[in-house]
Amino acid sequence: MAEMFKLKIVTPDRIFYDGEASMVELTTTEGEIGVYANHIPMTSIVSPGVLKIHEAEELRKATLMAGFIEVLQDRITIMAEVAEWPEDIDAKRAQEAKIRAERRLQDRYPGTDVMRAELALKRALVRLETVAR
Amino acid sequence: MATMRDIKRRRDSIQSTEQITKAMKLVATVKLQKSKTRAEAAKPYFNLMYDTIRSIMDRSGQLNHKYLKAGASEKKAVIAITSNRGLAGGYNNNIVKLVCSELPAKDTVVYAIGRKGRDGLARRGFAIGADYSEVINDPLYQDAADLTAVLLEAFAKGEIGEIYLAYTSFKNTVVHDPKLLKLLPVALDEPGAGSRQEPGSRAIMNYEPDDETVLDAIIPKYMSSLIYGALLEAVASENGARMTAMDSATSNAEEMIEDLSLQYNRARQGAITQELTEIVAGANAIGG
Repeated sequence: MAEMFKLKIVTPDRIFYDGEASMVELTTTEGEIGVYANHIPMTSIVSPGVLKIHEAEELRKATLMAGFIEVLQDRITIMAEVAEWPEDIDAKRAQEAKIRAERRLQDRYPGTDVMRAELALKRALVRLETVAR
Repeated sequence: MATMRDIKRRRDSIQSTEQITKAMKLVATVKLQKSKTRAEAAKPYFNLMYDTIRSIMDRSGQLNHKYLKAGASEKKAVIAITSNRGLAGGYNNNIVKLVCSELPAKDTVVYAIGRKGRDGLARRGFAIGADYSEVINDPLYQDAADLTAVLLEAFAKGEIGEIYLAYTSFKNTVVHDPKLLKLLPVALDEPGAGSRQEPGSRAIMNYEPDDETVLDAIIPKYMSSLIYGALLEAVASENGARMTAMDSATSNAEEMIEDLSLQYNRARQGAITQELTEIVAGANAIGG
């Protein structure tokens, strides 16, 4: 069994997760990464993606929207602006948001904020991916 | 000597004031409970953010980054967090006084959150850059992030050189301190009691993709989290201050009512005695 490390995930309104994990997978601006214990110290920026926490027995999934991750040898801290467990996500709303964002991107009116629409689409997709088993 | 009717009128008026202050105290107590829970729930993020930024700075040695140096401009920006409503004792005035004593009025732009502070600072000659007073009614993380974006844009353009945050920190229900924090350039003071300090783990921090990009992304988050935390603490402090103020107002009113009741009874007694004397004197005159 892989060595365990302390994982702490905090959002502005609560401590989202505080426990031990053997591996954590998430998306950064540089791509998807997986971190085991004894990683070199690293700080990176989180981009929207699915977070996978490998605990001793089970695998837990959550969405992670924005924030940053600080990796130390025996401890990983994720400061997330938004984090959600699958049960917090309203799949129908995410589906609707996805369709709305897609439409906005397709039509491209002069006033459309493309970056915002793309971000909204990204968020919706990540939420849907987290909910899908 | 005041007549019975005057005293009674005065006493009634104080009684109704007392009822209002009592009700306000109860409302503030309930709101305090709520805002206190919220502020406490946000505290771990706030503290951890500070610690994390600190440990990143500690590990990374001398970084040369635009957010770590003072901007070119002489101008300072201050985010003043106060309340929209008065009757909270010295709560708003303390912030106004603090800002006035620490920052020069002519070189400072105020980003006001809370009408009372905005008006107070405007009266003392501060320029008001923007007003976000409705935020204090129900602070959201997004509000703090939006404000951060506005400030950083002004900082990047060179309109302001330093950014401060004035708010009332919430120690406990009765103790709240007005505080002035420097947000930008990022300056970390001595390690606080809560910060972690371990020897042996001072390996060099790696940044991915590179330190500049990471700091560009992290520092705005650091600022928004500080502002958000300050907003929540300020709301809790406001309700705490109001509760204390209304509590003392209620007990003052009670004291006055007691005094006036005594005076009223004396006046009543005096009137009865006088009437009796008059009746007896009248009867004597007739019977005599």
